[in-house]
Amino acid sequence: MANVLGTEHDLNFKETELCLGLPGGIGGGGNEVDSSPKTSGKRGFSETVDLKLNLQAKETGMDLNKNLDNGSKEKPVSAKDPTKPPAKVQVVGWPPVRSYRKNVMASNKTTGEESEKASSAAFVKVSMDGAPYLRKVDLKMYKSYQELSDALAKMFSSFTMGNYGSQGMIDFMNESKLMDLLNSSDYVPSYEDKDGDWMLVGDVPWQMFVDSCKRLRIMKGSEAIGLAPRAMEKCKSRA
Amino acid sequence: MSEDDERQQSPPSDLDFVSNKARNCNATGSGSGHPEFQSAYPDQVLENVLENVLHFLTSKRDRNAASLVCKSWYRVEALTRSELFIGNCYAVSPARATARFTRVRALQLKGKPRFADFNLMPPDWGAHFNPWALAMAKAYPWLEKVHLKRMTVTDDDLATLALLLLGFKELVLVCCDGFGTSGLAIFVNECRQLKVLDLIDSEVSDDETDWISCFPEGESHLESLIFDCVECHINFEALERLVANSPSLKKLRLNRYVSIGQLYRLMIRAPQLTHLGTGSFSPSEIAGQGDQEPDYVNAFAACKSLVCLSGFREIIPDYLPAIYPVCANLTSLNFSYANITAEQLKPIISKCHKLQVFWVLDSICDEGLQAVAATCKELRELRVFPVDPREDGDGPVSEVGLQAISEGCRKLQSILYFCQRMTNAAVIAMSKNCPDLVVFRLCIMGRHRADPVTGEPMDDGFGAIVMNCKKLTRLAVSGLLTDKAFDYIGQHGKLVRTLSVAFAGDSDMGLKYVLEGCPQLQKLEIRDSPFGDAALRSGLHHYYNMRFLWMSSCRLTPSGCQEIARAMPRLVVEVIRSADEEEMDDAVEILYMYRSLEGPRTDLPKFVTIL
Repeated sequence: MANVLGTEHDLNFKETELCLGLPGGIGGGGNEVDSSPKTSGKRGFSETVDLKLNLQAKETGMDLNKNLDNGSKEKPVSAKDPTKPPAKVQVVGWPPVRSYRKNVMASNKTTGEESEKASSAAFVKVSMDGAPYLRKVDLKMYKSYQELSDALAKMFSSFTMGNYGSQGMIDFMNESKLMDLLNSSDYVPSYEDKDGDWMLVGDVPWQMFVDSCKRLRIMKGSEAIGLAPRAMEKCKSRA
Repeated sequence: MSEDDERQQSPPSDLDFVSNKARNCNATGSGSGHPEFQSAYPDQVLENVLENVLHFLTSKRDRNAASLVCKSWYRVEALTRSELFIGNCYAVSPARATARFTRVRALQLKGKPRFADFNLMPPDWGAHFNPWALAMAKAYPWLEKVHLKRMTVTDDDLATLALLLLGFKELVLVCCDGFGTSGLAIFVNECRQLKVLDLIDSEVSDDETDWISCFPEGESHLESLIFDCVECHINFEALERLVANSPSLKKLRLNRYVSIGQLYRLMIRAPQLTHLGTGSFSPSEIAGQGDQEPDYVNAFAACKSLVCLSGFREIIPDYLPAIYPVCANLTSLNFSYANITAEQLKPIISKCHKLQVFWVLDSICDEGLQAVAATCKELRELRVFPVDPREDGDGPVSEVGLQAISEGCRKLQSILYFCQRMTNAAVIAMSKNCPDLVVFRLCIMGRHRADPVTGEPMDDGFGAIVMNCKKLTRLAVSGLLTDKAFDYIGQHGKLVRTLSVAFAGDSDMGLKYVLEGCPQLQKLEIRDSPFGDAALRSGLHHYYNMRFLWMSSCRLTPSGCQEIARAMPRLVVEVIRSADEEEMDDAVEILYMYRSLEGPRTDLPKFVTIL
């Protein structure tokens, strides 16, 4: 024991260097570090612990993933992360639900106000004035107006939306701010709600918008000015 | 609907043929010049008696057995078989079938294997009805019924049936494709004796032909009209006229282009209906505040014979209370397209005391299933489909729902359950609480998912099912499974005829256990599991007893499959590539093999090779 300690003291600097220099010092390096905590770099020890944990997870994961290596039809090929199957990678024909049913469920709108549990998609048509074709977006894919804005910007590259303020909503109570918004951007998104009215996007909290939006139309700012007063009226009547 | 059903038919009404047949029937080898009706030869008499008796034999298994007794029985059985069932359209050719069975009135044919439903089979693989249609038209001009599953039927085939078969009465197409509304138009126009037209889960192309108005004018014999899968607008006025002219109509299943207002108009004309598919179950336009809505409750109340309800394709739940009057009589309820919550389900299901068959979406959650368990004590069949059919979706139903069902519905015989999580404990509980289970299909949507409570594989759960459910004939497994699960199946699943496996097992041993242990195995479909050539070899003793074996994305090689093909000449061994992939020499993507009297088929697409 004394020898070991002695040796280690002698090699103190080197050992420390090694430990520090090889964060991937698995297995053997780890053991040495364990037996002489004073000389080991603390970093080395914790890294080893972390690595061991990772290794364990990977080992059990390997069993799980053995079958995945069989060239199952994954498009694209999934990452071999054992802890979770990669999100949104859909294997052909799995789960075994007939495509007729899949299509029907995707296109049916969720019903009722209490649709918190509803996990079917909320597809709405998006048209942009001057664009030759319509697009469809699944509003449930986004969590905020900003995300939607980014997605729409990608789809219709000539289109940019203004900023949505700190709370992510347009401040309708401030008329002059609103007019600035409408005058500054080239295009403004509007939507048709459940009542059939055309509203400016951004006037209600995001989730409420997802639930009530039936279709989107990206229109020129100048045209949208006609909407704003109506939108404001609706807001006022709600308040 | 299960292919394992032994349908009991009423005795055929062609006993008047007997005396003619007896006159034509030769005695066994006695070689007398005139086989007369009152022949004194004892063999002749025996054959007459046999014929009379065999007329009443309806079970196809019994008939197959009878035909093997001796040549005389074989002949007589062939003469008296009026319903011909062919489980694989490539197992026998139309010529051979029509040569042996000369007095067939009803034909049932099945084509593609079930995994084709999930896009695992490239399109245009085969299963064409055309050669059969032509053969039938020549050999059985009196043919009355055709029932097809997973076959490709063209408009011309429909025309053939309608024009060449004079008394044609019944067409049932399940999971078929290849035809459109123009074929339907010709068909309904020409079949003046039509009683049944059932289109179920089939793909019908919209040729923009108004087929409903092609039904002949005047009184119709229609007893059943099912078209809920037809994805095109229909002429409602024509449909209303048709329903009004069909006093025998018992089954009507509408597609989603029929609004609830239109449904009302049909229902009041047909209160005698026993089976109703409601169509969209929503109004065509949002009803204004002042509009008078028809009295839907009354319409349902008038249908005193209604026992089977389905549809609800675009349901507005506010209209659900309309069905209250029929709930107490319902034996079958299909909500599998209705995205409703537990709260919306409860008032309905609490009235459905007689319910035996229930199909539903998992939107009702475990809570909804608990409500089902509380009321539906007569439940025989339950199917729970996912609203969100993705691996990583929300999981509104779980082991909690399964446990509740097992405790409440003790008479359960058949279950199909999609979920995101399941425990061995719940499956074991079901195996003990529901000993009458014949069909157990559990689909844990996440691949390789273990028991979330214990972390164990799902081996013990499925093991308990095969051990405790002594009548089990159909099993579909999922979740994390080792070879042990297959060991259990091989040891205890002695009656299993259909087995579906996906993403399961560790090694060849898994498949070996099953092939060596399950003597009744007929249909085996496997995907993405690590079974290779050695495992395939272990089934050589059994493949002639099976209808088919499907293995995709497993570990088979062409040489392994070639070995099987060489060893078994009556087996057709198809190696199928994805249509867009290059020929791969080292791996077999899809193996589909089946027994056949005909050898390699002649209608092969280029992505299929027969070894």
